[in-house]
Amino acid sequence: MRTGADCIIDGLLQAGTTTVFGLPGGTVLDIFAKLYHAPLEFFLVRHEQGATHMADGYARASGRVGVCIVTSGPGATNAVTGLATANMDGIPMVCVSGQVPTHMIGNDAFQEADTTGITRAVTKHNYLVKNVDDLPRILAEAFEIARTGRPGPVLVDVPKDIQQAKTSATFSGPVKIRGYKPTPEASPRDIATLAEAINKAQKPLFLVGGGVIAGEAAAEVTTLARKAQIPVTTTLLGLGAFPETDPLALRMLGMHGSVAANRAVSECDLLVSIGARFDDRVTGKIALFAPNAIKAHIDIDPSAISKSVAIDIPVIGHVKAVLQALIPQVEPRKRTDWLNQVSAWAREFPLTFNRDDQELLPQEVIEQVYLATRGEAIITTEVGQHQMWAAHFYKYTHPRTFISSGGLGTMGFGLPAAIGVQAACRDRTVVTIAGDGSVQMNFQELVVAVEHDLPIKVVILNNGHLGMVRQWQEMFYKREYSAVRLRQDDRAANEQIDTTRRKGYLPDFVKLAEAHGATGLRVDSKREVGPALKKMLAQPGPVVLECIVKPEENVYPMVPPGASLTEMVQNMA
Amino acid sequence: MKHIITALVENQPGVLARVVGLISGRGYNIESLSVGPTHETGISRITMQVPGDDRVLAQVTKQLNRLVDVIQVNDLTTAPLLHRELVLLKVAAPPAERAALIKTAQTAGATVVAEESAAVTLQIIGEQADVAAFIEQMKPYSILDLARSGIIVLARSGAA
Ligand SMILES: Cc1ncc(C[n+]2csc(CCOP(=O)(O)OP(=O)(O)O)c2C)c(N)n1
Repeated sequence: MRTGADCIIDGLLQAGTTTVFGLPGGTVLDIFAKLYHAPLEFFLVRHEQGATHMADGYARASGRVGVCIVTSGPGATNAVTGLATANMDGIPMVCVSGQVPTHMIGNDAFQEADTTGITRAVTKHNYLVKNVDDLPRILAEAFEIARTGRPGPVLVDVPKDIQQAKTSATFSGPVKIRGYKPTPEASPRDIATLAEAINKAQKPLFLVGGGVIAGEAAAEVTTLARKAQIPVTTTLLGLGAFPETDPLALRMLGMHGSVAANRAVSECDLLVSIGARFDDRVTGKIALFAPNAIKAHIDIDPSAISKSVAIDIPVIGHVKAVLQALIPQVEPRKRTDWLNQVSAWAREFPLTFNRDDQELLPQEVIEQVYLATRGEAIITTEVGQHQMWAAHFYKYTHPRTFISSGGLGTMGFGLPAAIGVQAACRDRTVVTIAGDGSVQMNFQELVVAVEHDLPIKVVILNNGHLGMVRQWQEMFYKREYSAVRLRQDDRAANEQIDTTRRKGYLPDFVKLAEAHGATGLRVDSKREVGPALKKMLAQPGPVVLECIVKPEENVYPMVPPGASLTEMVQNMA
Repeated sequence: MKHIITALVENQPGVLARVVGLISGRGYNIESLSVGPTHETGISRITMQVPGDDRVLAQVTKQLNRLVDVIQVNDLTTAPLLHRELVLLKVAAPPAERAALIKTAQTAGATVVAEESAAVTLQIIGEQADVAAFIEQMKPYSILDLARSGIIVLARSGAA
């Protein structure tokens, strides 16, 4: 007879888990007692949100299911943001949470929260385990659901008495769930219709999203695009699914997309979305999105079809299988006029910044990171302007090398995600591009990197602001900067700090890095950046490089919210 | 438009909350809801009436299908259907009016299921419009209490 806690450890091992992130508490003591003896590498985080983002980063970088364990009540509520982040972006994760003993559920017991109730809307699925005999099957199902179909996070809530109860139940699969049919077989008719549309199109465009990365179909996209000479734009989560160094690459589209990408969308006669779900940050005003195009959409998730943009040719199926079937049916073409047109736009309106500026610009730092790492690093980001610049000024050529919270836009994601990435890819260079606001949200996790010698490099672009919000206030709220100044001067009257107590800027990131046992570096001028980056990359162990950059730089181009993709603002007059 | 959505679901705790949550999370009100086991072990049927935008509800239907515990979802709004609703109503019935009341009710197809000194309880089963008309008809008699089952439907043979 084995205990429920044994079943949990066995379930993780059977699913191929090697690495677990988490933090213990009263209701998971039994699991941690078994973990003590288990062949699983464990990372003790400092906040459960950190555990979820590490598991998420681990999953995004490796394609494997990320695993975390948290205690009941506050442990589980701390995990909610990370679950929601993974859910929005379709990232496979299993989170095991402790729960108060079964007979106490509903009594407002100590550290009780209705975890399955709270997480229902932010997970792909969740379970409250009421019978220990079900545990082996539920764990197998949790992993299966997490990684198949459109992947996502699954939470398994296990009351303490169930962890202690004995069972002889085992589960050796296969998993069968009546209502769950994750991989619809694509219809050959739909594929043929799409092939015909592509063959007929004069001005086709591929819109590539995170589904291509999740579906391991980057190679197929590249083959198809090159064979038929079709230009490719990607969403934020699609970065790396098609080499941005390829002449067919138009870079990212949408609110902060390139001019070439957004114009191509507006001019194309066939738009094929491959694993991209038409997020509102991508489409701009729906009524004016790709107005001249027949719209096709390849997706594994039937509910993604025609959610916002009406689709003419839906192809529901696994993206890799669909593309493999499509490639032989698509005829080679030259499409010289169309390609000349889009490359003229790309030449005329490159993603750029003012190189003559005397101050250190955030964009330049990222360009330097690109050069210093020869484009071979795995980049994670926080959320804000720096995230968009990381998309613009680093070129991604391989899937799973740009790791960012796209759907939920979670500040505090980048640093812990980098730890998860580095745990999965020990021999890669992992760089976090961070804003000074976001990075503070989970800075405590740097300790985990130091302890486990995960040599992540955190580049903080310190503009002294919650920059992206400041940019919106500049452009759309009369430059009334409300609650965005992280520097202590120039604040609105209701945020004023007494002059005698002003320190200029807090915290001191160099000291903060050192206090966490990492190396801290700081630069504030153009000429220092190159050498500092070299030093950062050569330095063993985690390094925090704070770059004091121009405070009020904006991300351009920008499509104002609610406008069409053709209404790009290039610069503030 | 008022939609009729049915779902075959695993008979498990939490499944109703998931289904209802998807609809209420959009601020849509479920006007009627009935749940019960089917002839197949472990499978229950949920029948809902939801007024709302067609496009949004088409999306909801797809997303319901995505739920792991949901086996099959149909929006039967435009399908040929058999539908029924059951209503129990307790009506004030002083001795002087009782006989006339019962006669009216029986003519309308209702049956008497309980009699008390001051009231009778009536039951009517029928299509939603018919039971609604009956309730209107009973209003002059002063309805003391009323319970409706919510509609249940089956597609007519040959329909989806
Ligand atoms: C958890 C969370 N809270 C608030 C926001 C809203 N928000 C989006 S960008 C941003 C500013 C981020 O500032 P910083 O990290 O310094 O990056 P910058 O834009 O300056 O590059 C804020 C507050 C968010 N995305 N996430």
